[in-house]
Amino acid sequence: MTVLPYLVAAWLLVVGLWGTITSRHLVQQVMCLTVVQSSTYVLLLAVGYRTGGYAPIVSSSVPPSSPFVDPIVQALALTDVVVEATVVAVLLALTVQAHKRFGTVDPDRLGELSG
Amino acid sequence: MSVRPRTVAALLALAGLAALIAWAASELTPFGTPSGPANAIVRTLVHERHAANTVNGVTYDLRGLDTLGEELILFVAALGSAVLLRHGRGEDVEQERGEDERGAARTPDALRAAGTALVGPLVVLGVYVVVHGHLSPGGGFQGGVVLAAGLLLVYAAGQVMALKRVEPTALVEVADATGALAYALVAAAGLVFATAALENFLPFGTTGNLLSAGTIPVLSVAVGVEVTGAVALILTELLDQTLLRGGE
Repeated sequence: MTVLPYLVAAWLLVVGLWGTITSRHLVQQVMCLTVVQSSTYVLLLAVGYRTGGYAPIVSSSVPPSSPFVDPIVQALALTDVVVEATVVAVLLALTVQAHKRFGTVDPDRLGELSG
Repeated sequence: MSVRPRTVAALLALAGLAALIAWAASELTPFGTPSGPANAIVRTLVHERHAANTVNGVTYDLRGLDTLGEELILFVAALGSAVLLRHGRGEDVEQERGEDERGAARTPDALRAAGTALVGPLVVLGVYVVVHGHLSPGGGFQGGVVLAAGLLLVYAAGQVMALKRVEPTALVEVADATGALAYALVAAAGLVFATAALENFLPFGTTGNLLSAGTIPVLSVAVGVEVTGAVALILTELLDQTLLRGGE
């Protein structure tokens, strides 16, 4: 099944979006967003994977001429993780502020109480 | 929009999205046979930059400019969280002091002992991961998070009073800014000592040595300091909120 990893990424994306739409709690919504982002890790690493390839770290037992998985998508996944961490931090800070101001973390009730 | 129509609309839209992605995935290169120039990049990084860990070779050399932007994103996000969370703080300072002592008393002794014992090894591991970024798996981002976790352990061990005494907020703010500035200075130094910003201008040394790969370990350490500061700042601000709201 040569497309299975891509379908796993698609599944994570769809399930995460479903959770984001139906969630009744802001913190849970943020966690659903991290599921959406984790689909991009699976996709990036799947695109760069080579069957039988080594991790792209050269040592005395793994010479530079061996087959390697793609180091660029791994560096991109690293960027992805950092961006996710920052997004989660800011969103959680906003959640704390929303709870202070409105006294609720249900996204549907935030608007009601502000008016 | 009420809940029921929204659920139906979401189901339809997501089913359509899933079908489109599945269609797109069926046309992708089969899994396990990438078409990118992975081996050419590995050879370039090993022979021309002497970086054994080519993932960090990409991060701090080939894509060095992107990493500058990336760590500035982290810097700004840490600042943003701190500004958001500090807004309106201060009215509950008296309550906060009481919570510190009660919080410390509630923590089980076994957790406090284990947490305290783990702080030292964790800091050593974090420093190791940061400075060996060009040789083995790890680097500034990963090691920085390990180092920031040391601070979290101090909190988990119930040493909130100890944390208050060393005032980590000022320290982590300085670390955050110093790391970001150091990266920008190394980037600018490429203009002075070589021809372009972020050009690798230091001697490359021998592949596999601690002092090798030119500016890659320098940038890795700068990012490590910055990430430690940023993650610790975010954690400290969120923990302050916990302490303030602890009584509710």
